[in-house]
Amino acid sequence: MQHANFLLRSDLQQMLNIISGDGFRVLGPRLRDGAIFYEDLRAVDELPGGWGDVQSPGRYRLEHQESPRYFAWANGPQALKPHLFRPRESLWRVNREDGGELAFSEPAMPDAPLAIIGVRACDLAALELQDRHFLGSIPDPYYAARREGLLIVAVHCTHPADTCFCASTGDGPRAERGFDLALSELDEGYLVEVGSERGERIARRLPLQASSEAQRQLAAAEIEGAAARQTRRLPEGNLRDTLFARLDHARWDEVAARCLSCGNCTSVCPTCFCHAEQDVPALDATSSEHVRQWDSCFTEGHSYIHGIVIRAETGQRYRQWMTHKLGSWHDQYGRSGCVGCGRCLTWCPVGIDLTEEAQAICAPLKDEAEDKTGDAIEEGKV
Amino acid sequence: MSKPSVAVHKFSSCDGCQLAFLNAGEDLLTLSGLVDIRHFLEAGLADEEAEVDIAFVEGSISTADEAERIRKVRAKSRLLVTLGACATSGGLQALRNLDESNEDWKQAIYARPEFIRTLAHAEPVRAHVRVDFELWGCPVNGRQVLAAVRQLLFGVNPLDERDKVCMECKRQNVVCVMVAHDKPCMGPVTRTGCGALCPRFGRDCYACFGPAEQANTSALAQRLEGLGLPPADVARRFLFINSQAPAFHAEGLKHYQPGFANGDRQ
Amino acid sequence: MNAYLPREAEIVERIQETPTVFTLKMRLTDDAPYAFDAGQFNMLYLYGVGEVPISIVAGDGESLTHTLRAVGRVTHGMAGLRVGERIGLRGPFGRGWPLREAEGRDVVVVTGGLGCAPAVSIIHHILSHRERYGRLTILQGVKHADDLIWRAQYALWSQQPEVQVLLAADVAAPGWGGHVGLVTALFDRIEFDAARSLAMLCGPEGMMRGSAEGLHQRGLAAENIYLSMERNMQCAVGHCGHCQFGAHFVCRDGPVFAWPEIRELLAVKGF
Repeated sequence: MQHANFLLRSDLQQMLNIISGDGFRVLGPRLRDGAIFYEDLRAVDELPGGWGDVQSPGRYRLEHQESPRYFAWANGPQALKPHLFRPRESLWRVNREDGGELAFSEPAMPDAPLAIIGVRACDLAALELQDRHFLGSIPDPYYAARREGLLIVAVHCTHPADTCFCASTGDGPRAERGFDLALSELDEGYLVEVGSERGERIARRLPLQASSEAQRQLAAAEIEGAAARQTRRLPEGNLRDTLFARLDHARWDEVAARCLSCGNCTSVCPTCFCHAEQDVPALDATSSEHVRQWDSCFTEGHSYIHGIVIRAETGQRYRQWMTHKLGSWHDQYGRSGCVGCGRCLTWCPVGIDLTEEAQAICAPLKDEAEDKTGDAIEEGKV
Repeated sequence: MSKPSVAVHKFSSCDGCQLAFLNAGEDLLTLSGLVDIRHFLEAGLADEEAEVDIAFVEGSISTADEAERIRKVRAKSRLLVTLGACATSGGLQALRNLDESNEDWKQAIYARPEFIRTLAHAEPVRAHVRVDFELWGCPVNGRQVLAAVRQLLFGVNPLDERDKVCMECKRQNVVCVMVAHDKPCMGPVTRTGCGALCPRFGRDCYACFGPAEQANTSALAQRLEGLGLPPADVARRFLFINSQAPAFHAEGLKHYQPGFANGDRQ
Repeated sequence: MNAYLPREAEIVERIQETPTVFTLKMRLTDDAPYAFDAGQFNMLYLYGVGEVPISIVAGDGESLTHTLRAVGRVTHGMAGLRVGERIGLRGPFGRGWPLREAEGRDVVVVTGGLGCAPAVSIIHHILSHRERYGRLTILQGVKHADDLIWRAQYALWSQQPEVQVLLAADVAAPGWGGHVGLVTALFDRIEFDAARSLAMLCGPEGMMRGSAEGLHQRGLAAENIYLSMERNMQCAVGHCGHCQFGAHFVCRDGPVFAWPEIRELLAVKGF
């Protein structure tokens, strides 16, 4: 049976039913307070059908559109990060006995595994990076517990925002791996791709029909179009050496004049992993909760060390962020830490554009430019 | 071992911050078992002269009597902690510091203005005596105050929450009201500690917790102008509850126009 | 295995070294084994207050010793700990000093300020395995002569065979017998065979950079100079992100680094 991979839109609910019937807690994109979040999903009519997003640096708007599609938008303020690496969670609890003895205990782990529907390629790439960070030689037990069993139904992106640049980082708009199922959304339904054995077991229970050549061509063309429409891009290649050769660049202070050092960029970044720990003791001092919460290299506390703040100035914090994200990440995890989702542009209250800053900082310096003039002429770029 | 002693003193204020104690419910009972509350007028305990381990001070210093009284409080307290915006930055009443027509106001408002004796400026406690720790907010909240009490009882400084409100919004999965709804939010320059209370209800932060560390007020002011706020409104965003906090004061004055205090919009 | 979860430890001895520096000797209350390398650190937890990374000064099967300076919230609180009180402890973490690589060589230890605490473990190790190492030179610099802790111990070490102790203070005090000025000014007096030596540095970053350059000028190869770095460390296992120094997580990849690994960023302001 060739190409029996088409699922009618009216049968999408069956997919949700099968997955939740398998014991998963199902999350999917839903509208809340003017944005799209992955939240508990029971019925397909809770999906953002007929909604699209319009994004630009510092601005996000949902807009209604005449379309039967559920996934005709780019992304919301958060990727999968808050569901695996929680914004705030208890790492352990300690009880103090009357004699002063301390008894440490671990919190309960989640019971039902998660299934997330409608995941974007950029967010899958980010998930892979968070895996490398949290599941390395010393695994994080809390992340690991949620990650284990996570089921993913990706949807290839056909509606990139103005802020998107996944084509430039090589992470989208097509989801290439890391999913159990991947969908291409067309007006009348979905082309279903299987990415794992688990996905295969779900697909077998779906009322799939044969897809047409025209449907397959249209789906592919829409994804290609989504890549072609992206206008922003990061400078090419591994920027590590370039960035670390520019630690004194004047641009760090220029961006600091605009930067609020508010940490929004790092909080919406799907790969940023920094977190701070603090104790929350009971008032009667019989117990205490040791909690971690998202932190940011844009906070003062991030670089605090015995009475000194190493990165007291905003320019130093922005430099830390960019040299890490686009530079030393290559040494740590084998690639850049940016997946091109564009969230740091959109959700920056003052609209600072990472791609623009990176282009400005990585542009050839005066002496380098002179060295390379000859090559550029040869390549016809001048 | 005797319990640590505590006093709650009131200066020029609305009494609202003291409610952080009174509204604490069960925690108030727990607290009364942990400390010996010697002076707390709003709770019916009066011993203003008591020597205490920790004094909480609500309110700004607005009269000559208060200037004298805060020195006595300091002398009788091992630790002095300010409770809320008035005590920490002068509060709402310090708006009068911006205006030189105090006398005119007094004459216009009070039937017997000759009984009103105030200092030229309403000032934070810090301007008069040494302060060991400052709790920002208008008002402060129970979580914040009790967490501070707990750390003081452990013999250490409370955690100074200096991050921006934005960090807390993101931790609570709140949609940014500025980016998604064009609201003139002060979150990016304001201290957290409130639990992102206003943005959680779709409202813009109005900076009642005072300036955060590294508050880039001029970049935010420019953004507020971009949202269409006229200069007088930009000034009001900064010159409000914490108008005397240096970062807000300096930025507010850049946009301040004559007649602001009288409500004349340009 | 949950690397975040502390074990319980009991304070068995407390020594006030200076008005702000104190030493806590503690024992783990469980029966699980504990072993560490010199230069590694533990996360010490003060009940209800928080954790701090503290290097291990000494330890045996019975107890562990940490020396702390009361400077932040947690260390101020720990200064009030008394014998018999319980704290949390997890560790050891990180990469320690290259004591195996140093065998058969002359060793130079340069410390500044309380930097001497992490380095004391080196000295203890070398003195208790004296036959494995060549000459030992100990250089210690302090801002003010009164900041020097363990004076008696330095005097004792200087009397050991093949051990040279050189002390420097930026500001002298009455009775100060050491050099007045920077510790790097003493490098000319180190008696060692640079070609077969290894140096271990610990202290403020500017002092370590100056020392690394000074020792290199005296003929020590860059890869034979090791430094112990300090950054904000909260998780101690390379997750929380605070201690990043370029590509390194100081808590996991360090705190001890060979100079070439971190040379380009050492003492760069704001890094």
